[in-house]
Amino acid sequence: MTDAPRRTALDATHRALGATMTDFAGWDMPLRYSSERDEHVAVRTRAGLFDLSHMGEITVTGPQAADLLDYALVGNIGGVKTGRARYTMICEAEGGILDDLIVYRLADQEYMVVANASNAQVVLDALTARAGGFDAAIRDDRDAYALLAVQGPESPGILKALTDADLDGLKYYAGLPGTVAGVDALIARTGYTGEDGFELFVRPADAVALWEALTEAGKDVGLIPCGLSCRDTLRLEAGMPLYGHELTTATTPFDAGLGRVVKFEKTTNGGDFVGRAALAAAAERAETDPPRKLVGLIAQGRRVPRAGFPVVAADGTVIGEVTSGAPSPTLGKPIAIAYVDAAYATPGTEGVCVDIRGSHEPYEVTALPFYKRQK
Amino acid sequence: MSNPQQLRYSKEHEWLSGAEDGVSTVGITEHAANALGDVVYVQLPEVGATVAAGETCGELESTKSVSDLYSPVDGEIVEINEDVVNDPSLVNSAPFEGGWLFKLKISGEPGELLSADEYAAFITG
Repeated sequence: MTDAPRRTALDATHRALGATMTDFAGWDMPLRYSSERDEHVAVRTRAGLFDLSHMGEITVTGPQAADLLDYALVGNIGGVKTGRARYTMICEAEGGILDDLIVYRLADQEYMVVANASNAQVVLDALTARAGGFDAAIRDDRDAYALLAVQGPESPGILKALTDADLDGLKYYAGLPGTVAGVDALIARTGYTGEDGFELFVRPADAVALWEALTEAGKDVGLIPCGLSCRDTLRLEAGMPLYGHELTTATTPFDAGLGRVVKFEKTTNGGDFVGRAALAAAAERAETDPPRKLVGLIAQGRRVPRAGFPVVAADGTVIGEVTSGAPSPTLGKPIAIAYVDAAYATPGTEGVCVDIRGSHEPYEVTALPFYKRQK
Repeated sequence: MSNPQQLRYSKEHEWLSGAEDGVSTVGITEHAANALGDVVYVQLPEVGATVAAGETCGELESTKSVSDLYSPVDGEIVEINEDVVNDPSLVNSAPFEGGWLFKLKISGEPGELLSADEYAAFITG
């Protein structure tokens, strides 16, 4: 990409806060404001405020909006009730993952699909290509929304001070239209941190006012602005996959241990959906002869594994590859997600190492996630 | 941020103190520490090791990346900062003080090192 990175509606706010900015998927985004570890800990113990306006919103409307999404995506989207959301994926006909998505049903005939920034155009193009014959309209709403997230155990209290919406009645993976600090918002109880929290889709023109209101409402309980660096370590601890790392066009949902998102039992369109045959084969292969499995690795030492580092057996044979790795603030040790040969994927398997720049560092194989919040 | 006037600086963002009995202290600059983010692991050369100016002699690992550590000058390592090995966050909190990395007995003339003002100009580019 040669174009200058895009700036969100909160760009001046980030700069005034002294954020270290980074180019992420064509957007100039806050990487961190202070210490990324402090930001991580704030979300785990108090609350953090994120600008996620780079995420790509696509609106699908019409009498056959549900049918189109049931055909284009792997999930049972027609079965999502109005006001609820679903984590799902869009796959190639060959089964490879094009993106992972959250789909919100805003009304009987209206859905909002939220794609990763890096894939928003791919998803838009794929939905458009798959829409032939359906009485449904696809609208590129990437510029229509800014997205702010409040994440962490204090987030319900912070939001309650600013809205009359029924937050107690808003379940995890639900979304409802409301007003927050006088701003029209879609209030969703979703996130990518492993904590309770909310994502607020608002008009870009309202983003600064909402950011300031949330900052003010959260200051007494320790809310701080948080960048993408801690978002990555938070999602990694929570075992959540990241597109381009755990998920790629070379992997199917079954390879990633997320076969549950593929709903073969859906009956719309005669049960047909893009990727069905290939995914059925991938499901069978994952059951009987899995190529590699996605596992967690916990370091016994202090050197940090990074994406692309080889996973090796005691004799030095390469048995897998790290897809994400970072020092875990919660565990106090480096952690990684890796694809490893099935024979080494059982938690507790001995002799598994990561090749960290030529040195074989011992790692413990563990089930994901590394961190699960106490409810 | 201010770079102490009494130190000299390399373009690899290390600082070097004036020698006392031929021994100088080396660390990384505040600018480098800020660019790295939270440092979580520091690998230092061993005491007794010989290091050469501009060559890799260790590594600094942060949340997002790993960076090589260079010596700004030729010499023999006489002491390493065990405190920073045990608590790498010292590199971030006190890069010019408690976050120093190693001391070495200088065996060659330092090459092209910068003054504090020259380094400040270098990093603002």
